[in-house]
Amino acid sequence: MSNIRALVAGHGTFAEGMLSAVEQITGRSDLFIGVTNRDLSAQGVEQLMRERLATSGATVIFTDLPAGSCTMAARRIQREQSAIAVVTGVNLATLLDYAFHADNGDVSAVEHAADKGRASLVVTGGSRGA
Amino acid sequence: MALELYRIDDRLIHGQVVVGWGQPLDLRFIVLVDDEVAASDWEQELYRMGVPPDMEVYFDTVTGAAENLSRYQDDERRGLLLTGDIDTMTRLVDATGDIRRVNVGGIHHKPGRTQRLRYVFLNPAEEAQLRGLEGRGLEVSAQDVPAARPVPLDELLTGNGS
Repeated sequence: MSNIRALVAGHGTFAEGMLSAVEQITGRSDLFIGVTNRDLSAQGVEQLMRERLATSGATVIFTDLPAGSCTMAARRIQREQSAIAVVTGVNLATLLDYAFHADNGDVSAVEHAADKGRASLVVTGGSRGA
Repeated sequence: MALELYRIDDRLIHGQVVVGWGQPLDLRFIVLVDDEVAASDWEQELYRMGVPPDMEVYFDTVTGAAENLSRYQDDERRGLLLTGDIDTMTRLVDATGDIRRVNVGGIHHKPGRTQRLRYVFLNPAEEAQLRGLEGRGLEVSAQDVPAARPVPLDELLTGNGS
């Protein structure tokens, strides 16, 4: 049985890079499957994500950018499959937290991960122009 | 002129448009010209969710956009007009006669199309339509993001995907 719980979808090698980092830190990249929108039409992205969801049984889609075509495709899928959770603007902290809570198997793990991701954005140092 | 770019992109509103072009051009509005999207509240809401709060999106049919084009062009803010295919842009050009330059930003693979650039695939009818736009005096080039080199139509149509 597949361990996959979530798709990570984004531009270029976003998913590949994120999952590489998840594997290095937690060893749990097996929970995720990556999707890139590179060189695909909007319909192509949606079709690819539908195929990945169907074959993996994943119920969560993490995407990189609210305006991105992966997010658009995810929301189109969600319209028909309301049990799918979509999280946009994902960062590494989000995925790491999800990796540790995915076995909870419900939306609370997704919400917890999103909270962690938001909290991880911190600015230190720097200076403002005169 | 307030409309900085007239773009053909089959992904419509997505990252390259909102961020890739939106930030360097300081775009404050997008005119999405698509008869199907203009008739669907759900589609419009989907696209609105993808843009930042300080960017406005107008949805128009080809007929509506032709009627409103001068208002968009006179807007004090910078904007981008977007169609999802060559045919829609051609109909808009025919209806207005007031578009001088067209950007081919992304037309992806479908059966019958030949790859011309990494992000542009065209069938013979689409190539003829682009030639037709050029024949009417428009400057037609392909460019996915601002940092890329604009590829003139002649070069685009002889490209092999590299």
